[in-house]
Amino acid sequence: MNTFIPPFDFQKVLVSPWTTDLASYGWIALMGFFVATACGLVGNYLILRRMALVGDAISHSVLPGLVVAYLLAGTRHSTVMFVGALAAGLLTTVLIELIHKKSRVKQDAAIGITFSSLFAIGVILISHFASKVDLDQECVLYGEIGNISLDVPYVQLGSLVLGPPTLVRMAVVTLVVVLLITIFYKELLVSSFDPALAFSLGINATLVHYSLMSMLSVVVVSAFESVGAILVIAMLILPGATASLISHRLPVIFVLTVLHAALSAVLGVHLALWLECSIAGAMVVMAAVLFVLAWIFSPTQGLLRRWLRMRQPVEPPAVAARQKS
Amino acid sequence: MFMNLQATNHAPASWRKRRSTTALQNLAALLILLVLSPASAHAAKISELGDTSIIEQALRFFTFQDPSVRYALAGSMLLGITCGLLGSFIVVRKMALVGDALSHAVLPGVAIGFLWNMSKDPVAIFIGATIAGLLGTVMVRLITQTTHLKEDTALGLVLATFFAVGICLLTMIQRLPTGNKSGIDKFLFGQAAAMGPGDIQLMAVVTVLSIVVITLFYKEFLVTSFDPGFASAAGFPTQMIHYGLMLLLAFAIVIALQAVGVVLVSAMLITPAASAYLLTDRMSRMLWLAAIFGLLAGALGSFVSFLGPNLPTGPLMVLAATTVFALAFLFSPQHGIANRWWRQRSRAKRVQRENTLKSVYHVLESRHTMGEGVSLRELAERRRETIEEAARQAAELRRHELATLHEEGDLIFLTPAGWQLACAIVRNHRLWELYLTNAAQIAADHVHEDAEKIEHVLGDEVVRELERRLQYATTDPHGRPIPSLAEMQRGAGAADKPGDSIGYGKRT
Repeated sequence: MNTFIPPFDFQKVLVSPWTTDLASYGWIALMGFFVATACGLVGNYLILRRMALVGDAISHSVLPGLVVAYLLAGTRHSTVMFVGALAAGLLTTVLIELIHKKSRVKQDAAIGITFSSLFAIGVILISHFASKVDLDQECVLYGEIGNISLDVPYVQLGSLVLGPPTLVRMAVVTLVVVLLITIFYKELLVSSFDPALAFSLGINATLVHYSLMSMLSVVVVSAFESVGAILVIAMLILPGATASLISHRLPVIFVLTVLHAALSAVLGVHLALWLECSIAGAMVVMAAVLFVLAWIFSPTQGLLRRWLRMRQPVEPPAVAARQKS
Repeated sequence: MFMNLQATNHAPASWRKRRSTTALQNLAALLILLVLSPASAHAAKISELGDTSIIEQALRFFTFQDPSVRYALAGSMLLGITCGLLGSFIVVRKMALVGDALSHAVLPGVAIGFLWNMSKDPVAIFIGATIAGLLGTVMVRLITQTTHLKEDTALGLVLATFFAVGICLLTMIQRLPTGNKSGIDKFLFGQAAAMGPGDIQLMAVVTVLSIVVITLFYKEFLVTSFDPGFASAAGFPTQMIHYGLMLLLAFAIVIALQAVGVVLVSAMLITPAASAYLLTDRMSRMLWLAAIFGLLAGALGSFVSFLGPNLPTGPLMVLAATTVFALAFLFSPQHGIANRWWRQRSRAKRVQRENTLKSVYHVLESRHTMGEGVSLRELAERRRETIEEAARQAAELRRHELATLHEEGDLIFLTPAGWQLACAIVRNHRLWELYLTNAAQIAADHVHEDAEKIEHVLGDEVVRELERRLQYATTDPHGRPIPSLAEMQRGAGAADKPGDSIGYGKRT
């Protein structure tokens, strides 16, 4: 067991990533932060709309989109991948709606059927064209964030070195997500909380729905190669769920989401250094630890708070007292 | 549907249950035979057998000479049956994605089971995975009960967190110098061809166990699935049944991991059951159908993957199941969209026919003679349509023997059946208008639209009741006569057979 859990080396785990190895681990933590922020912000809306598992579905079903786009275009250029993933993501949403609306199969079963079928098609395509496709199904499922710092040459803007290309792309996606959420804040808010009001205000709910799904597909595919499909789900749900345990106001939730993303990225790097395990996995584990902390210690509805409230003696209601006298 | 399932559970439940009990027992015995028959030999990778022609491969498949074929086939079919049966319950309980969450949540259990004695011991992995899966369901329950987070969020949370822990553990295992690690990553995608006799025996045990448990506790599972409130009021231990189902589910998922992998297990749980759900309203039938679909998907998947190199078994099984679902989705007699479309179309055509008949009646009525035929031009003017359209509708009427066409197809004569139907529609329309103005006090100029819709669906009994309430009135609110029964009969009496008459309208 000693080799399984390595001894805790203070210098290696806590100091080196900030000093000697900042060049590589800095990029990794930053990448994790961007992925978690972009996913978390979009994920907030998924949680509000009770579509958390649609994120799960889309993150699996972009796989055939990627493969088909690759086979058709013959390149792994990011634009091609984006288009493929976007098409697959929208197809998933349409199929889920179709099955759910046109038959008596419930939405959850429709989600399960759709994403697993599409994923199966993707896996079959990959293994059938294994010689031609430079995609690895396992890489898609749990991509490795540690590889990103190796991407050279770094993107440069004038004389300013911006960073590895993957990171720059993710940063751009995150910025676009933040921008879109800021611009369409009202539309997203109203249509998520009160579809009837949205309809009366003239907001096209279908358009908002599909725009959100497109945004989700883009975020998922750009986060893919660093954290993989399943950890994308974690990044989609964990920050938003944690934040919503602490606050009920959407702007506060957004700030908390970003904070959660930053914390889990940095802590994840440390954990991975200690246990020598998958960095993306460690980031999610830390994100989950933060969730559990919020679950227990949340000032409004934490387990501790509930427990304390239950222990308080129940005072007799005032109305009853007055009646007695 | 709900009522139906309730009904099956009442009086005749005892004999129905016994019948399905014996049938399920037979099935179980058959399965045990099927599983124990293959001699223990070493499994080869199916994909390594490539490079031969498809027909040759198919022959080899059907002769069952390769032990690997026997194992893969037996394994896939067993897991198809188990997943189909258990999946039925989670689909009707609207917890389809619990399977998905569970299948990801077992991963750390698999890793810990491996760590137990550093080998791919099926039993240790089985126990570890089951514990992890159960822990996952308990966590989902806890989160939904103690926070305001909804079930989908809780499922996603647990799924992703457990999976991440599993990934961390797996990468830590990969780093270890000792132990036979090969094959542990196969749990992610599954490899049916790598299943050995030990795996098959475990699968058989789980399959028989779930069949026995479902048979014994059929009533309990049924009631708690469809009416949890009634179940707990009647004293069923709903919590225990829930966790019992989850335990079986965890078993099924763990055995299925070998063949289809973490990601696609949920498909084997959901898809066959959802297909069965589209085809029947009875739980017992749904269980049978789901088991058969699962078995079919397993057999088809392993067969197709045997045909060519580089065809993974798990995804092919899933696609086979999806194909079954697509067929059920399109062609299910009750719920299929093809049938529904067909029904809608025939209903639309009937309404169209009836409207044409009504227009013919109106033309006849406006002449005050009730005689002669109605020319296509008159019909077209009445319906504000082109002559061609009117001709098409007249032809449609003739096809249904409601009218005959004369003098180069220019004049329409209603047959007795046509006349009767036309009278009935007009009568429905006017009775309804009168009823709305009299009983519901709606203004006379507002009732036409509603009557236009309802005239096609009023049944005989309702019409009798309307007449009685309106005291057999003879004129509608617009002052036009309501065709009486006698008038309808007049047409019917004009000829014996609808086809050979020149139709009502000839003055006699």
